[in-house]
Amino acid sequence: MTAGQLPRWADYILMPAINVAAAFIVSGLVVLLIGENPIEAVKVLVWGSLGWNEGIGFTLFYATNFIFTGLAVAIAFHAGLFNIGGEGQAYLGGLGVALACLALDRYVPWWVTLPFAVAGAAAFGAAWAFIPAVLQAKRGSHVVITTIMFNFIAASLMVYLLVNVMSKPGSMQPETRTFEDGGRLPLLQDVLPFTDFGSAPVNFSFLLALAACLFVWVLVWRTRLGYEIRTFGANQTAAVYAGISPVRITVVTMLISGGLAGMMAINEIMGSQHRLLIEFVSGYGFVGIAVALMGRAHPVGIVFAAILFGMLYQGGAELAFEMPAITRDMIVVIQGLVILFAGALEHMFRPALLRVFGVLSAPAGTPA
Amino acid sequence: MFDTLILILDSTVRLSTPLLLAALAGLYSERSGVFDIGLEGKMLGAAFAAGAAAAVTGSAWLGLAAGILLSVALALVHGFACITHRGNQIVSGVAINFLAMGLTALLGQAWFSQGGRTPPVSGDARFANLVWPFAESLRDVPVLGGLYSELLSGHNILVYAAFLAVPFSWWVLFRTRFGLRLRAVGENPAAVDTAGISVAWLRYRAVICTGILCGLAGSYLAIAQSAGFISNMTAGKGFIALAALIFAKWKPVPVMFACLLFGFLDAVAIRLQGQQVPGIGEVPVQAIQALPYILTVILLAGFIGKAVPPRAGGVAYVKERG
Repeated sequence: MTAGQLPRWADYILMPAINVAAAFIVSGLVVLLIGENPIEAVKVLVWGSLGWNEGIGFTLFYATNFIFTGLAVAIAFHAGLFNIGGEGQAYLGGLGVALACLALDRYVPWWVTLPFAVAGAAAFGAAWAFIPAVLQAKRGSHVVITTIMFNFIAASLMVYLLVNVMSKPGSMQPETRTFEDGGRLPLLQDVLPFTDFGSAPVNFSFLLALAACLFVWVLVWRTRLGYEIRTFGANQTAAVYAGISPVRITVVTMLISGGLAGMMAINEIMGSQHRLLIEFVSGYGFVGIAVALMGRAHPVGIVFAAILFGMLYQGGAELAFEMPAITRDMIVVIQGLVILFAGALEHMFRPALLRVFGVLSAPAGTPA
Repeated sequence: MFDTLILILDSTVRLSTPLLLAALAGLYSERSGVFDIGLEGKMLGAAFAAGAAAAVTGSAWLGLAAGILLSVALALVHGFACITHRGNQIVSGVAINFLAMGLTALLGQAWFSQGGRTPPVSGDARFANLVWPFAESLRDVPVLGGLYSELLSGHNILVYAAFLAVPFSWWVLFRTRFGLRLRAVGENPAAVDTAGISVAWLRYRAVICTGILCGLAGSYLAIAQSAGFISNMTAGKGFIALAALIFAKWKPVPVMFACLLFGFLDAVAIRLQGQQVPGIGEVPVQAIQALPYILTVILLAGFIGKAVPPRAGGVAYVKERG
């Protein structure tokens, strides 16, 4: 161990754990500020999300969304890009899913529709990331700003489409018609034997999300493209000297990222809502940022972080029921604190931790 | 026709004001090399603090003070993360937006139990519109009377403060030593450091300026334009302000024109809701609402001049150690 470095396990497990713990301690203080008991709140939260079958089902349902949006942010991180546009890309992904389902649901079973829906989700999500990617790669416009702008443009576009073009005839609701069976994914409990999630909407997409994790792991750590992405992210100048095209890597990475974000819509639209409706993304794209930071941009970490946020979403609903003073907005607070401590302040505890390890590893008898 | 125009321009001024205050806020921070996508969060926090304090104390000025205080506190969190701990400025901004969105809704419900709103304020707890002398008697004078009594007179003090902040910010940034150093630290912090000036302290002062102006913007929303705080009442205005700042290429006077343009688009969109325009038919309101963002993207693409951000923006300064 050289000076100024932590052992690998401390770097990958202890540091993130300390940061997340700090976020939760501050969240506990917020609960105290409202005048409720944080320990009780945690009990309700854990029981509500893991204590019964349906709770687990809802936790996994939300986690499915977060795995997709978390992977989307993570893959961009590896290339040194910050894709903050998951929200808009997922929204457009919903359009792709809905078009596939609306076209096919009356004629074929769900497993025929699914590949088209996946292709639609990925293609539309990727398309929404394409312009920011090209502008970043060719004209140097900051991808953060353009993807924020594209989130708002997506919101306007989708409202327009749902109100004026896609709403079902004779209805004032900004939503499409409900899909028939050919546009509905089966529930997870109908696919996996011996599972029972009550009436929770967790569905086939969960398996799809796990497959996406495997895909990202193989892509980033086992392919030439992944190597180029990581090299580009670590040192752009070195990457250029190694013959890696910055334009190609930026665009390809953003397309994959947008595609993954778009896939989130499969879970919501084809798996649960069975129709395209307004604002169905409702912040899940942004949660991806917290999930990717907490999971340190690694698929395994992302699965755990996504399940934790799934617990917060499901347990938070129970909490709002049991302790009405703690509304579901508490989740947003925790999300903000996780992003703050695990992201922006990730190095705050490092000097202290280094000192601790310095003392521990110093040979006995010599001054530390 | 002329009356309609005056009405649209009048609401343009009202709708531009929060954008202008927030965009000028961003100007200080970003010119000093600290990117700030947390304008939205600071505005929202300030709106809540102002609404809550004004409702409890019955004083608009105490509300404003609370709004500024909370906004500056959030700005200091951003500074602590990005300047002291050299954290990622974008990540920190995202965190502040979420914190503000969650905390305002949560505490609003816990403290006031009105669905996340603060109690409605009136009288002294709200900034009243100032009527200029002779505004009523001059109203009937053709053209100028309408301009004077509708457009110039009859706004609250924060509207005038916002437009006065434009020349003031120009003066501070381009005619004072502080402004020169602030701009220098955003372009080349190492040079400023070599001259013996603390980069961190300068940047902290810049983010405090940002906090104060965001506090004004949020307070305007809660206790001047509206009569109380509503959950998530900024509704993306902080991001439009950010777009305006970029659109104006980080310069104070163009910032004002960009904000007026975006405010005008908003006013027109409200006006055109569900109306038939001769020759065009019904204009999709969403298209007008999306226009500020589309224009900013086109600008960023380099098709309307080039928007060059401060060179050291987004990068934490690391002092060289010999």
